Amino acid sequence: MEHAKSGPGSWPEMADVVPVPQDDGPSPVVPIAYRDDFREVMDYFRALYLAGERSPRALRLTAEAIEVNPGNYTVWHFRRLILEALDYDLLQEMNFVEKIAECNPKNYQIWHHKRWLAEKLGPDVANKEHEFTMKILALDAKNYHAWSHRQWVLQTLGGWESELQYCNQLLEEDIFNNSAWNQRYLVITRSPLLGGLMAMRDSEVHYTIEAILANPQNESPWRYLRGLYKGENNLLVADERISDVCLKVLKNDWSCVFALSLLLDLLRSGLQPSDELKATLEPIRNSNPEMADADLATAVCCTLQKCDPLRVNYWSWYKTTLSSQIS
Amino acid sequence: MVRLLGGGSARRPQHTARSRNRRPQQARAQPSGGDPPPTPAPAAAPMASSPQPAPPTGGDPAAPADPELPRLTVTQVEQMKVEARVADIYRVLFGAASNTKSIMLELWRDQHIEYLTHGLRHLGPAFHVLDANRPWLCYWMVHPLALLDEVLDDDLEDDIVDFLARCQDKDGGYGGGPGQLPHLATTYAAVNTLVTIGSERALSSINRDNLYKFMLRMKDESGAFRMHDGGEIDVRASYTAISVASLVNILDVELAKGVGDYIARCQTYEGGIAGEPHAEAHGGYTFCGLAALILLNEAEKLDLPCLIDWVAFRQGVECGFQGRTNKLVDGCYSFWQGAAIALTQKLVMIIDEQLKLSYSCKKPSGEDACGTSSSGCTSEKSSSAVDYAKFGYDFIQRSNQVGPLFHNIALQQYILLCAQVLEGGLRDKPGKNRDHYHSCYCLSGLSVSQYSATTDSDSCPLPQHVLGPYSNLLEPIHPLYNVVLDKYHTAYEFFSQE
Ligand SMILES: [Zn+2]
Repeated sequence: MEHAKSGPGSWPEMADVVPVPQDDGPSPVVPIAYRDDFREVMDYFRALYLAGERSPRALRLTAEAIEVNPGNYTVWHFRRLILEALDYDLLQEMNFVEKIAECNPKNYQIWHHKRWLAEKLGPDVANKEHEFTMKILALDAKNYHAWSHRQWVLQTLGGWESELQYCNQLLEEDIFNNSAWNQRYLVITRSPLLGGLMAMRDSEVHYTIEAILANPQNESPWRYLRGLYKGENNLLVADERISDVCLKVLKNDWSCVFALSLLLDLLRSGLQPSDELKATLEPIRNSNPEMADADLATAVCCTLQKCDPLRVNYWSWYKTTLSSQIS
Repeated sequence: MVRLLGGGSARRPQHTARSRNRRPQQARAQPSGGDPPPTPAPAAAPMASSPQPAPPTGGDPAAPADPELPRLTVTQVEQMKVEARVADIYRVLFGAASNTKSIMLELWRDQHIEYLTHGLRHLGPAFHVLDANRPWLCYWMVHPLALLDEVLDDDLEDDIVDFLARCQDKDGGYGGGPGQLPHLATTYAAVNTLVTIGSERALSSINRDNLYKFMLRMKDESGAFRMHDGGEIDVRASYTAISVASLVNILDVELAKGVGDYIARCQTYEGGIAGEPHAEAHGGYTFCGLAALILLNEAEKLDLPCLIDWVAFRQGVECGFQGRTNKLVDGCYSFWQGAAIALTQKLVMIIDEQLKLSYSCKKPSGEDACGTSSSGCTSEKSSSAVDYAKFGYDFIQRSNQVGPLFHNIALQQYILLCAQVLEGGLRDKPGKNRDHYHSCYCLSGLSVSQYSATTDSDSCPLPQHVLGPYSNLLEPIHPLYNVVLDKYHTAYEFFSQE
């Protein structure tokens, strides 16, 4: 292995450093059988970390330690102190961290380091950051860290211009990608270029309904649709397109859980069912004698108990909240 | 043996409309494949192989979808693969004779104990990636061993206490290994491990004064916590800080200030909680956020009906939970999602109140549209007389006001059949390797689901709520801290005298 030869023990600039072994005690628990190269790097790291030495050789050593374990937050923290002390070129540091991130895209420390750098570099790097997260998301479109970073960059440094377009593109590739739906919600509620939720609601409802009709079994747009009226149940009920989409889906598939559950929320929030809706639900009601006298919300709830057996406990409880409301 | 399959339990539905109720592929698998699946889809698992009722409406659910089917997306393809694997496993179960079923549904205690105990003394070179998580490794082994009611040797316990003392920073808090920077998450792992050991030596090894100072240093001006000096701020940091502070009885107004509002801002339009404001709702953060808010007595800051709905929908056709909408099932969410929804079973008072507010009277316009009613109790609570340690204690004394809001039997089925590894240890899903993290959280989730139908915290579950032989029953936990309940009580007494 190359490591054995090139470890810090062989670096000329380390000649005066005395490695510090880990103090695991006489009878350690969860002891890791470290490989020699790992142990060597960490012993040297401890020496300089304990000495608080913020020097070029310490910086080089942290790079080595990060390479053997990018999850070591102490190393990253120390590296930041060194970067500041040396007034190091942060763009070069960004290249370093991006190389590490490409191999470890699900590591908290790396993304935190990136955020620290981007904050120092300012709005000029916004688009470069967006390009980077795009690259990571091209490999895994649901990477939580990448999305959080992207959102942070948008809100702190900007670069909103093509974000809705990006959401469209990702949803076109995979309409089930809930991370993309969540990002879309951020864009339509927070983008300074779009005018906020009120301005966007109408067209978003339209977009979402299209997505639902194309794939009624996709939960993401159903949740998104409710989200567009979060905290405003009265407006949700008033928008006829909402009950219409439930109706359309149920006509095709009377047992669609998402449609039934949204309809249930609408009824509970005071929706006055249209004749057409009543007619659509009539067979459901008739199929079960116990529902004959029940109000429509209860009937829908009973149907959910049957066609969503995994959530039978949830729907049973839900039903009790309906009756307690009446009383 | 508990009869799971074939509708043995009275609460199990006797027929199912269609099994394709939620995950995307279910809808697509049939039409796109041409042939119907050879066996009932795994969706049928919790509700068994009863006949399909005739659809009562004119709409024909069995009719093939649009003739020109779009290609499958990545989400759909991945989901189909997992469903097929899980279906294979459940198919064997359905076909088995009843005594074979009982064996299949056994918890392999000895193997798990062996795997976990071994790890406490021997970890191979590949574990170097967890070199900054060693208190976690302790917790991921010690806690599930306690769930299995396995007593550790005194020597081993003392060695764990000694090791964690080496991870304790001289200025408070615990790092990921000896000499490492103190970190809130590893502090949580270390404290929970020490509480689980429970000896006087273990509990008194925690320097509470310094721990308190460390936590104050980790507090951001927003009220939220950062993980370590200069570290990231998120809901995990807030939970681990609040859980530890509550457990060792150092939680006060100063530490509590602003945390609840931060967490409430992380609840998303979907209903779950994200790692930070505007990110995607996620099972791990949902548990963390909810548990922290309960420990702060501020659960009403969340939209609870919305949260429950989101969590309930995370349980999928595989019978386990997924972490996010349209993601794959994963055994560790048995705890994160399972415990989150189990916690809400004790919050019925607040939930009823919120339902009344949101549905009976319409919200006055102009109010914050985020729906999280922060009305009520914020300002009055910040008087300094609040006894924070009491909130965790009172919560567990409270009875479950409703039965399980998730399918507790189906969840146990997933854990026992899909997450167990024959050689010991548990895993994310079939096809993945076991690890200590998943062993810890699969077993924690198993305990939560076994006890989710009991009313008080000190009664034993009825046999019909324990899938498989009754000997599968694990120790109960305190779900806000995820430590075994007995151990919690010992620690509570110890720290209330301090
Ligand atoms: Zn997992």
